[in-house]
Amino acid sequence: MNIWYALWDWLPFDWVTLNFMKNALLAVCVMAPLFGILSTNIVTGRMSFFSDALGHSAFTGIAIGILCGFAAPIWCAVLLAVVFALLFTWVRARTQQSADTVIGVFSSTAVALGIFIATLGGGSFTKFNQYLIGDILSVTPAEIGLLALVLLAVLALWVLFSSRILLTTIHPQLAASRGISIRRSEMLFTTVIAVVVTLAISWVGLLVINSLLVLPAAASRNIAKNMRQYVLFSVLGALVCSIAGLFVSYEIGCSTGATISLLLAVWFAVTSLFRSARQ
Amino acid sequence: MNHRHHNGGCGDACCLKVSDLSVRIGTDQILEHVDLHMHCGQMVALIGPNGAGKSTLIKSILGQQTYEGKITFSTPGHPNQRLRIGYVPQSPAFDRADPVTVQDLFVSCISRRPAFLPVPRRLRQKILDCLKNVRGENLIDKRIGALSGGELQRVLLALALEPMPNLLILDEPLSGVDVEGMALLMDMLSEIRHKFDLSILMITHDFTMLAQYVDQVVLLDRTVLRRGAPAEVLDSEEFLQAFHLGGGQA
Repeated sequence: MNIWYALWDWLPFDWVTLNFMKNALLAVCVMAPLFGILSTNIVTGRMSFFSDALGHSAFTGIAIGILCGFAAPIWCAVLLAVVFALLFTWVRARTQQSADTVIGVFSSTAVALGIFIATLGGGSFTKFNQYLIGDILSVTPAEIGLLALVLLAVLALWVLFSSRILLTTIHPQLAASRGISIRRSEMLFTTVIAVVVTLAISWVGLLVINSLLVLPAAASRNIAKNMRQYVLFSVLGALVCSIAGLFVSYEIGCSTGATISLLLAVWFAVTSLFRSARQ
Repeated sequence: MNHRHHNGGCGDACCLKVSDLSVRIGTDQILEHVDLHMHCGQMVALIGPNGAGKSTLIKSILGQQTYEGKITFSTPGHPNQRLRIGYVPQSPAFDRADPVTVQDLFVSCISRRPAFLPVPRRLRQKILDCLKNVRGENLIDKRIGALSGGELQRVLLALALEPMPNLLILDEPLSGVDVEGMALLMDMLSEIRHKFDLSILMITHDFTMLAQYVDQVVLLDRTVLRRGAPAEVLDSEEFLQAFHLGGGQA
């Protein structure tokens, strides 16, 4: 980390004297590509509502973790989000209900259960605010290391399975006819999203995390002509908006997660205009 | 090996046999005692009203549906050979906004390589060769959402022919295709079956092309109601009744 800290010292800005800002900068540089990559599959697979629901289940997991007195309730949230993701995939394959109804049922139940547990016995809800809003400035070097490991794991899985996941999302029947196990691909994909969403929630915030999972790819597909450009623009868009969001929020003093989301929304609007002009 | 007009038993012919196939989903009996027999090089049309079980029969042959009965494929000297199936799904509704090109689709299907990485020259050439089978080399960099109905069917057909199958199954290949595109597609299918000696089984609701291109028509409505040459089936009482065309006892 010392090398990373020293790397910025020559710049003539206030923030270079603050190690928490340099930590946050490194954290967004690790997190943004993660969200950029996953975003393309969430948007192509029409799963944006699902990833939102996963954030809600993570909240319930944190509430259970705190209730049980765990020092790091986030791992309880990861476990619950993975169970939630697998259960959702299993139920969706067996029910006649549409996917958005199933997600709605899971999501609202998760939030209700989370609030129920959080306020059980008249407890205060304030301690959960950090998970709702998120605070990237509180990220520690150890947590950045963990995020980097997750990024590497996702990249490895991505290289191995992205073709199968792409085919499953654009045409499940075609994928099945070519010997791809749709269920296995879906479960792998939803588990990865569950882990990433839950781990990132403390720093990005439950209320805005879904924008990072949807907006990078939504903007990218307005300008991309093929899969290569799609992933590239999604990762670049997420990276640029995240770094810009960090510094804008520092300068004007507001939530970093929300600022990043707003910048991504502006980026989406710009690409939409570009697309309209091209057509 | 081309024996479309083979008239004897199956001892010296390669053939696909579906014997006494039944499918029950929950309490619904979708298919009952279905028999189907086709030789290499034959083109067979599967017709029937909505809900007749056509797609379920195809899913059974594809191994995506549990069933009772037997599906066997044999070639001379190899009575239980593994059947390689090429499948052209029903006109898929691809999102027009997805930036997935024909090349991306091929890369995802025929290689384990992530579609977002640059494509090596050899793989691109292989994709072009596949598209050449359907006269579609010019489509390689087009987005799949921007293809016309006929172009999409040709691309999916090219995909189904890699690797070369013994049996090609097409689920309503003519729906959403204009008249010109239909003739082009059917000519192409005829050419392919002659060239590669493969069997073609297609679900269709378009009966105008049957007489010209198809060897055998199978009329299905939970079970096989009638099978035979196109004219024989299309003029039958069973056909008129199945499609409520005023025939039979009415």
